[in-house]
Amino acid sequence: MSLVYSEEQRLLADTAAEFLQARSPVAAQRRLRDEGAAPRFDDALWKEMVGMGWSAIPFPEDLGGLAFGCMGLGAVFEALGRNLAATPLLSSIVLGGTLIELAGSGAQQAEWMPLLIAGDKRIALALDEHARHDPAATALRAERRDTGYVLQGEKVFVADGQGADAFVVVARTGGMPGEREGLSLFVVPAHALGLNVSATGMIDSRNHARLRLDGVRVDAGALLGVEGQAWTALDAALDRGRVCLAAELLGMTQNLFDTTVEYLKTRVQFDVPIGSFQALQHRAAWCYAHLQLARSAVMAGLAAMDDPTLDAAGRARLASLAKWKAGDVAHRISREAVQMHGGMGVTDELDVGLFLKRIRVAQALLGDGDFHVQRYGDMTPVEA
Amino acid sequence: MSTIEDFRRETRAWLEANCPPSMRTPMPDGELVWGGRTVEFRTEDQRLWFERMRDKGWFCPDWPAEYGGGGLSAEQNAVLESEMRRLHCRPPQINLGIWMLGPVVLEFGSEEQKRELITPMARGEIRWCQGFSEPNAGSDLASLKTSAVDEGDHFVVNGTKIWTSYGDKSDWMYMLVRTDPNVPKQQGISLLVVDMKSPGIEARPIDLISGKSSFCQVFFDNVKVPKHQLVGPLNGGWTLAKALLQHERRAMSKFGEFSLPNHVDLLSMAGRYLPPADAASTADVALRARVLAMAMDEHAYTITTQRMGEEMRTRQDVSGLMAIMKLVHSEQEKDKLEVLLDVMGHRALGWEDEAFDSSELALTRAWLGSFAQTIAGGSSEVQLNVIAKRVLGLPEGKQGK
Ligand SMILES: Cc1cc2nc3c(=O)[nH]c(=O)nc-3n(C[C@H](O)[C@H](O)[C@H](O)COP(=O)(O)OP(=O)(O)OC[C@H]3O[C@@H](n4cnc5c(N)ncnc54)[C@H](O)[C@@H]3O)c2cc1C
Ligand SMILES: Cc1cc2nc3c(=O)[nH]c(=O)nc-3n(C[C@H](O)[C@H](O)[C@H](O)COP(=O)(O)OP(=O)(O)OC[C@H]3O[C@@H](n4cnc5c(N)ncnc54)[C@H](O)[C@@H]3O)c2cc1C
Repeated sequence: MSLVYSEEQRLLADTAAEFLQARSPVAAQRRLRDEGAAPRFDDALWKEMVGMGWSAIPFPEDLGGLAFGCMGLGAVFEALGRNLAATPLLSSIVLGGTLIELAGSGAQQAEWMPLLIAGDKRIALALDEHARHDPAATALRAERRDTGYVLQGEKVFVADGQGADAFVVVARTGGMPGEREGLSLFVVPAHALGLNVSATGMIDSRNHARLRLDGVRVDAGALLGVEGQAWTALDAALDRGRVCLAAELLGMTQNLFDTTVEYLKTRVQFDVPIGSFQALQHRAAWCYAHLQLARSAVMAGLAAMDDPTLDAAGRARLASLAKWKAGDVAHRISREAVQMHGGMGVTDELDVGLFLKRIRVAQALLGDGDFHVQRYGDMTPVEA
Repeated sequence: MSTIEDFRRETRAWLEANCPPSMRTPMPDGELVWGGRTVEFRTEDQRLWFERMRDKGWFCPDWPAEYGGGGLSAEQNAVLESEMRRLHCRPPQINLGIWMLGPVVLEFGSEEQKRELITPMARGEIRWCQGFSEPNAGSDLASLKTSAVDEGDHFVVNGTKIWTSYGDKSDWMYMLVRTDPNVPKQQGISLLVVDMKSPGIEARPIDLISGKSSFCQVFFDNVKVPKHQLVGPLNGGWTLAKALLQHERRAMSKFGEFSLPNHVDLLSMAGRYLPPADAASTADVALRARVLAMAMDEHAYTITTQRMGEEMRTRQDVSGLMAIMKLVHSEQEKDKLEVLLDVMGHRALGWEDEAFDSSELALTRAWLGSFAQTIAGGSSEVQLNVIAKRVLGLPEGKQGK
């Protein structure tokens, strides 16, 4: 397990950074926000990213992928974070695509993988039902009816849900909310009768949706994997999503930190740069130290996804460590960034606030700090 | 041609054959072996392990073989360290000279000094202590006053050093002295090595809050030091001192990696005192969350040491990482022990009483000992200053002269 990018991964990171800086800088995100139109990312630009192969990175070659691993994805997500770029890479590829890869039948893979990788269609994951992320708490029911199922319930905080062509809906076919057993995955087309998709406006101005499923009928072919046994694939896909999101958080945080240090060097008060005040120096130095710990945790999380010698618990533990630490540091540094910019920090004129808002959303998405502390504990064997 | 994987296989086989099983267990307090003129062994296995590692040159694996080192490359040394960690091998001996003075003599010393100082050091024959700090020169080390006056073929040293770890148990001291009082303070300092048996030296132990007395105040009264015991140029000691302190910080940030006696496994220790989840109160749940978060931060630090190793091997600039390691490690140790204090309640507050078991008493001492680590080797505040200025490039504040 390597904790540094390989030559090839570094090349990918550089290309991604260059492309995003030229084509999708923070100013472009601000424009997207002000326009406020669905899907809240630039679809033409997304097609260009697809053209560069980003959507094929994590998948095996026999499914049309590049088999470049999560480490490769991490390099891209870090660059996306630095530029605050909105894309459906997380929702449709890392989450949606991984579920088709891991749980789908040959026929389902043949139907969906080429479309997803080509960017011709998008899938979004409909999982959360409560204020806070908790996959096992899923309550939305799927009842067997004739040869298919009927789905009834609501989903919230669905990333890139508006304009998605289909949803992977996590539903309960058995057991009780709180249990891992009894969960099933269904591919539900966006035009299904009884499915209502509405936008949720959130602080990061990205594409979030709420789903109402009112007696939605699907046939047996919509079931992804074995009925009641979705947990393993779901958890694995979520972990890939979590480490990618952690990499995005790291990119955002690094940018915010660099910007803030630059401000400390240039802003003059009391006839000196404010960066010469020890009260600020020590806080900035602590931010730097924690940022380094976060970078290590993220690299380990990414590497763990690609490491065949680890079992699921070992991967889960490192994924939770990465998401927790990246979120924790992003929080610390975004607070300091606003504070150290003084009055300017609370204005919309600077980009600091845009980062602050996206960081808060990314922290909550796929499990916040408290969720991952608990999960890390559950995955850690303790020798007495 | 042998590859690094061959080296790993051979090293693993050698360690398995030569490291006695009792030397692969956690080390209780008091079982550290200190190299020196008189080495004390508690067990035959300690002696065997000491001698076998010494004869391999593996007290100093990456020093040149011609001076008694192991002659390993950085990559091989990393393999050896990881194999020793894998087998939980204890360090065969501890010697401050090897961590701090050795690399500086190798870089700045004369050929003669390398032979005379390095070879016995690499064989664990001399115990070294560090005479840098003085009562009025702590963080501001360059304001030190202990003087060395040129008297022809020797210097005469007068003054006092303080916080000298193991000053009363060491054979030799490397020390900073003022050799020119009439120039800016950094430019009048030299590095000397001194035999602690020299007439005029007296070391008085100082008691610590942890109940230990591991350091001393050392007094120098007209102590004669031969000229050839000057390391590096006259009045050029500050450069060497800065290099030496870098080595000290690196060594201190590695303490967590070997199983030193004060190493506490947070999760297993806490697990002994927290009730199972189904019997946990709100307070227990909150404590458990704090324990876990602390363990996670420690885990992130361990991964950072590995990342730094990998970045070094791929020739990346690790100076920024290096600057945070001692700070983070020593602050984490303090935080970790405080969390355990909260988990263990009064069980962590015992002092020489049979009502407490040995691991509880050891924990209490480790907690009291942890306070020293954020002061020794450059305090946390001084580390933060270094990060702010050298790593982040923030401007110098208004300072005293
Ligand atoms: C919502 C809002 C309403 C306001 N309303 C008014 C108003 O009605 N009228 C008006 O005149 N002003 C108003 N202000 C301005 C306010 O008083 C200033 O923003 C404040 O004094 C800080 O100055 P600054 O923004 O220039 O930040 P700076 O002084 O540039 O500070 C930047 C950072 O450096 C830190 N810093 C500065 N000096 C030191 C030091 N010596 N030691 C350590 N750290 C230091 C600060 O704490 C801050 O974190 C308002 C500000 C806000 C945010
Ligand atoms: C266990 C232990 C072992 C030691 N072993 C040795 C040894 O073997 N040999 C040896 O020579 N020395 C040794 N030392 C001494 C150690 O190097 C000094 O204690 C250390 O450099 C701090 O100096 P001081 O104690 O004089 O504290 P001071 O320098 O007086 O510091 C007091 C407080 O002020 C803060 N402070 C000082 N300067 C600044 C600044 N510029 N900005 C912000 N805050 C500042 C410090 O961080 C500290 O909190 C040892 C110390 C300990 C605790």
